[in-house]
Amino acid sequence: MTIFAFLGPAVVTLLAIGIVPLGFALYTSFHRYQLTNLKKTPFIGFDNYVTVLTDQAFWQAMGRTMTFLLMALPLQIVLGLLIALLLHQPGLSLLKTLCRLSLVIPMATTYAVVGLLGQVMFNIKYGVINQMLGWIGIGAINWIGDPTNAFIAIAFWDVWQWTPFCALVFLAGLSTVPAEIEEAAKLDTNSWWEIVRHIQLPFLMPGLTAILILRTADTLKLFDMVFTMTRGGPGSSTELISLMIQRVGFRGFDQGLASAQAVILLIITIILSQLYIRHFYSEAQR
Amino acid sequence: MNAATGQLGGVKVSRQLTAWHIGFLLLIILFCVFPFYWMVTTSLKTQIVALGTPPAWIFEPTLANYTEALFEDKVGASLINSLIVAVCTTMLALMLGTPAAYALARLEFRGKRDLWFWFITNRMVSPIVLALPFFLLVRQLKLLDTHIVLILIYLTFNLPIVIWICTDQFRSIPRSLDDAAKLDGAGQFHIFSRICLPLAAPGIAVSAIFSFIFSWNELMYALVLTRKAARTAPAIAVSFMEGYDLPYGKIMATSTLIVVPVIIFALIASRHLVRGLTMGAVK
Repeated sequence: MTIFAFLGPAVVTLLAIGIVPLGFALYTSFHRYQLTNLKKTPFIGFDNYVTVLTDQAFWQAMGRTMTFLLMALPLQIVLGLLIALLLHQPGLSLLKTLCRLSLVIPMATTYAVVGLLGQVMFNIKYGVINQMLGWIGIGAINWIGDPTNAFIAIAFWDVWQWTPFCALVFLAGLSTVPAEIEEAAKLDTNSWWEIVRHIQLPFLMPGLTAILILRTADTLKLFDMVFTMTRGGPGSSTELISLMIQRVGFRGFDQGLASAQAVILLIITIILSQLYIRHFYSEAQR
Repeated sequence: MNAATGQLGGVKVSRQLTAWHIGFLLLIILFCVFPFYWMVTTSLKTQIVALGTPPAWIFEPTLANYTEALFEDKVGASLINSLIVAVCTTMLALMLGTPAAYALARLEFRGKRDLWFWFITNRMVSPIVLALPFFLLVRQLKLLDTHIVLILIYLTFNLPIVIWICTDQFRSIPRSLDDAAKLDGAGQFHIFSRICLPLAAPGIAVSAIFSFIFSWNELMYALVLTRKAARTAPAIAVSFMEGYDLPYGKIMATSTLIVVPVIIFALIASRHLVRGLTMGAVK
């Protein structure tokens, strides 16, 4: 009884707002369900799934999402690690505190605003990015109008926003290295890389795995920033998977097909989150 | 100045290293802060200045964009919408989440592990998966464009974060306090509300800040589930992006109004940011 009184409200609420819509999505995914014609919604079995799984556009969006991840994530990890190591150096505590605080700004900035800011700063004529490139002798670049450049631009903002996250995660990892071990190693060798590789790396591994899995899940979720900056365009060059499902469902009005896409995305996500949970929480839970 | 490299390098080398160290740190700060700076300065430009080529760094600032956005374009109302939604969903998440977290931390029952995992899994689910069916259901119920819909759907990410942070917090409170109260004849709910809840205040505050930030920043559900009356600030800011002659100053003024409160909150909670964002995978 007590247990139900404590847990019941939360469980019932999350079931109602999380699982019920999901069940509904599953239902629509097996029907022809077009927003423009809701009178006739015949059962069509796995047709929507077959369409999605054989649809080139769907796999292209998936591929783009993966390309995006493979472009942005390694940069975030390398830059994040360098920043963390820099912040881990002794001395300059005031400047380091300032730096840590400024790392919070990109992470906290509303994702939608990042996209809007992207439009302003990457504008071909009025943008400050092209002005700065001009200072070092590079001519104006059409960032948002060109497929490849637009892709680079959204990857840039992802790097801007999430490198600080990687840096802070690594910094937290570095602070778990026992000081005596680090001091002893510094007497032994002069090479900072040796210290990173042999002493600090083992302590960075949990953070690194967390970053890999969370960034993957977050890239599959990524919508706001890209939507406000490019709407998936030009063409479909920046249409990541979430944007595609949104377009099919709300701008193409084919809810059945979009639901099937969403269910497939959910299955991929569940496999991923199982990985995540197995990895981190199996020992933490008693 | 602190000698960065200790006894090995000698004064000259360590000075040089310190200079590099300072230089890189300044570069990082610049990289993080510059877009924010550009947003704020652009919000203070008139349309003519904002559309100058090359972009102006020095100009006469004006607050016209703010007055226009706030009073003519309903940004004020949308900020109030955002505030209503974020505050209500946070309160609701705390009301539902803290007892659940307490039960997960203190009580023993079958399936506890699975239940806890289920709460946490919600962190990974893409909102688009829920946005589609939720939209259809809400439309059937004629609840489109109301605050309550956003308040409820935001619980899908707020409730897990509250439960996660608070479970951890309750676990750190010594059990002996519970046992002592039990000897005095206090019921479970009394122990929870009178003894554990006040002691868990720091964790509750942190989870409230996270819940507020996530809700305040959310765009996709707001875009799909609201039209006019309950439109939140990010969704309004996006709607300015339509048409050819983009009002850059006004868009950036709205953006600044949205971002500044979040950054203040995030700076307050900055020590817990990593734990919150990784759901505790990294301490």
